[in-house]
Amino acid sequence: MSASDTGGGNARAAILGSVRKALGRGPLAGAAREALESGLNDPAPNLIPARAQLPHAAQVDLFVAMAEEVKASVARVGSDAGVPAVVADYLAQHNLPTDIVMAPDAALDAYPWAARPLLRLRRGKAEETDAVSITGALLGIAETGTLLLTSAAERPTTLNFLPATHIVVLRAEQIVGAYEEGWALLRRQGSPPGDGGFMPRTVNLITGPSRTADIEQRMQLGAHGPRQLHIVIVGGEEG
Amino acid sequence: MEPISHAFKDNARRGLADPNLQRALARLKTGFQERRTIAAARLPEFEALRSQAKEIKDRTLANLDFYLERFEAKVRETGGEVHWCQTPAEAREAILRICRAAQAKSVTKGKSMVAEEIALNPFLEANGIEPVETDLGEYIIQLADEYPSHIIVPALHKTAEQISELFLDRHRQYGNTQRLEEVRELVDEARRIIRPRYVAADVGITGANFLIAETGSTAIVTNEGNGDLTQILPKVHIVIATLEKVVPTLDDAATLMRLLARSATGQELSTYTTFSTGPRRADDLDGPESFHVVLLDNGRSKMLGSEFQDVLRCIKCGACMNHCPVYGAVGGHAYGWVYPGPLGAVLTPFLVGIEEAGHLPNASTFCGRCEAVCPVRIPLLKMMRYWREREFEAGLGAPALRRGLALWAWLAKRPALYRPLTALAIALLGALAPRRGALAHLPLATGWTRDRDLPAPEGGTFQARWRARQGRGARTAA
Ligand code: SF4
Repeated sequence: MSASDTGGGNARAAILGSVRKALGRGPLAGAAREALESGLNDPAPNLIPARAQLPHAAQVDLFVAMAEEVKASVARVGSDAGVPAVVADYLAQHNLPTDIVMAPDAALDAYPWAARPLLRLRRGKAEETDAVSITGALLGIAETGTLLLTSAAERPTTLNFLPATHIVVLRAEQIVGAYEEGWALLRRQGSPPGDGGFMPRTVNLITGPSRTADIEQRMQLGAHGPRQLHIVIVGGEEG
Repeated sequence: MEPISHAFKDNARRGLADPNLQRALARLKTGFQERRTIAAARLPEFEALRSQAKEIKDRTLANLDFYLERFEAKVRETGGEVHWCQTPAEAREAILRICRAAQAKSVTKGKSMVAEEIALNPFLEANGIEPVETDLGEYIIQLADEYPSHIIVPALHKTAEQISELFLDRHRQYGNTQRLEEVRELVDEARRIIRPRYVAADVGITGANFLIAETGSTAIVTNEGNGDLTQILPKVHIVIATLEKVVPTLDDAATLMRLLARSATGQELSTYTTFSTGPRRADDLDGPESFHVVLLDNGRSKMLGSEFQDVLRCIKCGACMNHCPVYGAVGGHAYGWVYPGPLGAVLTPFLVGIEEAGHLPNASTFCGRCEAVCPVRIPLLKMMRYWREREFEAGLGAPALRRGLALWAWLAKRPALYRPLTALAIALLGALAPRRGALAHLPLATGWTRDRDLPAPEGGTFQARWRARQGRGARTAA
């Protein structure tokens, strides 16, 4: 445990002591402490921008516009049956390999991959040699065209970063307005609900493909993570 | 790194004379400044969010002990460890202990200004552990053996040509012998060379933009994805962060997220915002097996309750330096340490001492653009003035300036003398520069007039003009 092996029991007490001295009080107790605790156990959102509070169809449109603005590509498909074809077309158009590593996620089983036998799918985490990955997402967040992905046994995080092409398939109903709707969903899904233990190991908010402007402030896609981010939205108005 | 802030004047002169740096700085204006303006204008709630962000940070600082304890408890509950460290030396030791326990030979690093603050890389090297910077800008300056000139864009001062030269020289060991011309090629080569290092590293070290008390999560914001590969591939993930990074809830982090990238680069949101909570779960297929947070004080608890408390709200967006005319003229290296620009002018004297960094709070035109863009409304000018006062009280500063200020203070308290003497001074200055309206040289102030002209005063003293104006009645008062 850290306190003993850093000799940091002292450091901890000294730092907290120094903070309290600066604040001119001892440890918080009583009503003041309870108020702060309930603020953490039952958190409330702050100001949420109007753009994140549109009707659902407009939210989906905003999500698409914002994602495209940051150089993600977006395809919309009316039915589950159409998804494998959309993926195959994208790979063909960009001369990408059809060997794909896919999240072992039951949510992706809904799509009839076998109808496209040329797509060779492996289920698991990503390796260095993988060029293309397919994952789902927990949510799409309209205000900035952001995807929210969570880690789990069936959703390894390496899929989101190692392959040069990342394809994300999500349903139009999964698109919400604001980041805070993501937090609310994570809290609801967690066990026990409302406990700070609801967070998966990794929560990724992803807004477009990887980029850098570190050389002469000139933007280049594909710094360390994916060069291409392709988002397939299933269902919703446009079809 | 050892601070060289005392040499600000020489450093600044070098910056002014460096054409490559001047080109890079000129790009800040068309780049970050304009993009921030556009991003802020696109979000009607931007100003309201700034006020709310300030309020969140103030409330957190007023209860900092509570939120730190709660953060620690949640990190432990989720299987991680928190290492409290008062000094940079303690933080370096804590990190070394963790690396040793993992028998680490190499560590990958995401960009962390706190790691720069504690001079982690030379320490790891001295202990036989190779640090590999993975952020492209940090990688470049590591190869060049330099230090960051900007907190968001560490290699801002380098041209593509210089980087091409550097890569040619340092990448020969990997068999690369071609001179690269395009920025695209440079990015690709760095990607190719750093990729295997992620996999080979035993430990990954990242900073944190936020520590979430609600959940014990740490959050990083990047565009490259390097911070993510740094933390999911090695066995051990170490986060290094200072105390004031804690925020109460995920909702509070969301408010700050809406301001951070818009203020920094004018992006709506950075490409990757990643929340890390504990080590990998039992059935996860990837992710680190252990998770450590090195929580560093290094003077922050002493800033609390002082006249410098407000700077603890800083979210390290870099907007103040992007908009600063002094930074824009002399560049980041002039400031001689990790934090340049107006932020550095306030923070550096606290961290390395006013004796070393006394020039920095004076390196300001007091134009106020830094305050106007600071997303958490830090009164940077006021705090630079505090430092000037402290410097004066401590008996530091140039002797001529000190004598001048002392004389002015003595006079200002004696209106019967002050009025006629200032009137006389104005008449004199006006007589010295009757034609051009400006003075190229001023006796006793040659240092000030070496690089600029002093506009000659016109039309009497302020007090005399004020009296005349009052005399004209309330006509203009509305
Ligand atoms: S002082 Fe304000 S503007 Fe400067 S880096 Fe910190 S938060 Fe950004």
